[in-house]
Amino acid sequence: MQIYLPIAEISVDAFLLLGLGGAVGLLSGIFGVGGGFLMTPILIFIGVPAPVAVGTEANQIVASSVSGVLAHWTRGNVDFKMGAVLLLGGLAGSSFGVWLFAVLREIGQIDLVIKVSYVTFLGIIGTLMLVEGLRALQRRRSASPVRRKLHRHTWIHGLPLKMRFRKSKLYISALLPFGVGFVVGVLSAIMGVGGGFIMVPAMIYLLGMPTVVVVGTSLFQIIFVTANVTFLQAYANQTVDVVLALLLLVGGVIGAQIGAKVGAKLRGEQLRILLALMVLGVCGKLLLDLSVTPEDIYSMGEVH
Amino acid sequence: MRPARVTGVVLLVVLVAGAASQLRPNGLVADLSDHLVAITTGFAGAEVLLFGAIEEPGDVVIVVRGPEEQVLMHRKSRLAGIWVNTASITFESVPSFYAVAATRPLDEIAASSVLLRNQIGLDHLQIDLPRAKASENVAEEWRAALKRAKQRENLYSAELGRVVFLGARLFRSDVFFPANVPTGTYQVQVYLIRDGAVVNAQTTPLIVSKIGLEAEIFDFAHNNSALYGVVAILVALVAGWLAHIAFRKA
Repeated sequence: MQIYLPIAEISVDAFLLLGLGGAVGLLSGIFGVGGGFLMTPILIFIGVPAPVAVGTEANQIVASSVSGVLAHWTRGNVDFKMGAVLLLGGLAGSSFGVWLFAVLREIGQIDLVIKVSYVTFLGIIGTLMLVEGLRALQRRRSASPVRRKLHRHTWIHGLPLKMRFRKSKLYISALLPFGVGFVVGVLSAIMGVGGGFIMVPAMIYLLGMPTVVVVGTSLFQIIFVTANVTFLQAYANQTVDVVLALLLLVGGVIGAQIGAKVGAKLRGEQLRILLALMVLGVCGKLLLDLSVTPEDIYSMGEVH
Repeated sequence: MRPARVTGVVLLVVLVAGAASQLRPNGLVADLSDHLVAITTGFAGAEVLLFGAIEEPGDVVIVVRGPEEQVLMHRKSRLAGIWVNTASITFESVPSFYAVAATRPLDEIAASSVLLRNQIGLDHLQIDLPRAKASENVAEEWRAALKRAKQRENLYSAELGRVVFLGARLFRSDVFFPANVPTGTYQVQVYLIRDGAVVNAQTTPLIVSKIGLEAEIFDFAHNNSALYGVVAILVALVAGWLAHIAFRKA
């Protein structure tokens, strides 16, 4: 069933959009990532203009994150204090990001910056997660498990403004989660992602949060950051297509609910390895696109 | 819808045939089955019938041009292993849509100079470059690239559409507009060509416009951007919450 999207100004099969929303929503629920890093490139691939894909995807992530966070909340897996600090950074970062987006569009390099950011971040994070996940799996299998120190002191613990996060069992500087939130906020605005694929590893490896609360807390923060991006993109650029967002989120929220149940049954290491492989897959595809000689070296940019 | 349209077309043929009987030798009348292409929720492209009559034998050529627009083109080159946009150029005024239909292949109908003068056929479509400093072959490369890019989006057609004669004087043609057709006022030009010269021409306007819910959403997003943003967020919040409720009970 073809449906015309009023802001994207293209005609797309409604069932294709519902299916895509469902598939990406499923991943969102399992891994606690918004799925934007998959959905935004897919939308651009099916012909949605890049700025509309970015703005609309932020809107859709709001919905899938709400339904995801409620599922985690009922199981007590959200650290609201940590979420609030991350959020402060996220709001600042995403506002800065929307401004940066406009500047890059002006100089005609937004596509390149988006793709290079994807390749860089996905490459680093995917590799780290894969290595870590495989190591953990090996440790579990070996007869004599190597115990890690519960607490290691580094320069990070010397930072000022220390705060206690009970739920995460941490006593660290508030600057750390603020900084993580800021960086993720910038990426959220220019890449059309919730940023979970960066925040989840950052929370585990950089902040040292327990894996159980990571997913719920990152979803909690993502709701507000993507809401901020949705508002700013709609207000400044008119690039949020509610019809497209609605179709994606109907599939997305259902997928996320199923995903949250599936995720609870999978083991942490398996989860990390699966996510790492997916992240590396998207990274490889984008890198290939950048390096393979294009069919036509000329392309049409902005139309007014 | 269909029967009404067919009746309309039949009526049109009768009217056109009546008008044609009073034509001068170079006479040409033509009209569209619809002067409005309405983009609604289920829009997946549209076909508009063009009908007309000529008094004495000749070739009929139809040129459909979309509203002019400004287009920014980029050219990539390889930098450190990846392809990067390194040059760009802005075309100030380019038809957003361009399609041609004719009774015979264009080169059999008229000489290249005649086609060029009337901008008939994609090869003869003139697109002005803003900067005169570019050499002619560089400019031609950019123009060709623009035409290729437009063809990839199905907005320019390299293939010639068909104009069919019904009897000796009546002709018809189907003009197809793809789903991504730009909105605005189109010009449908009908040429009567005899012995390689344009002997008559007629221009009919055609409007492509968003209608109903699609138009309302578009206007809302552009006229009330802040409120639109807030509504979009609220819709997402409610949808997420509803999904949670539905699944908790299940």
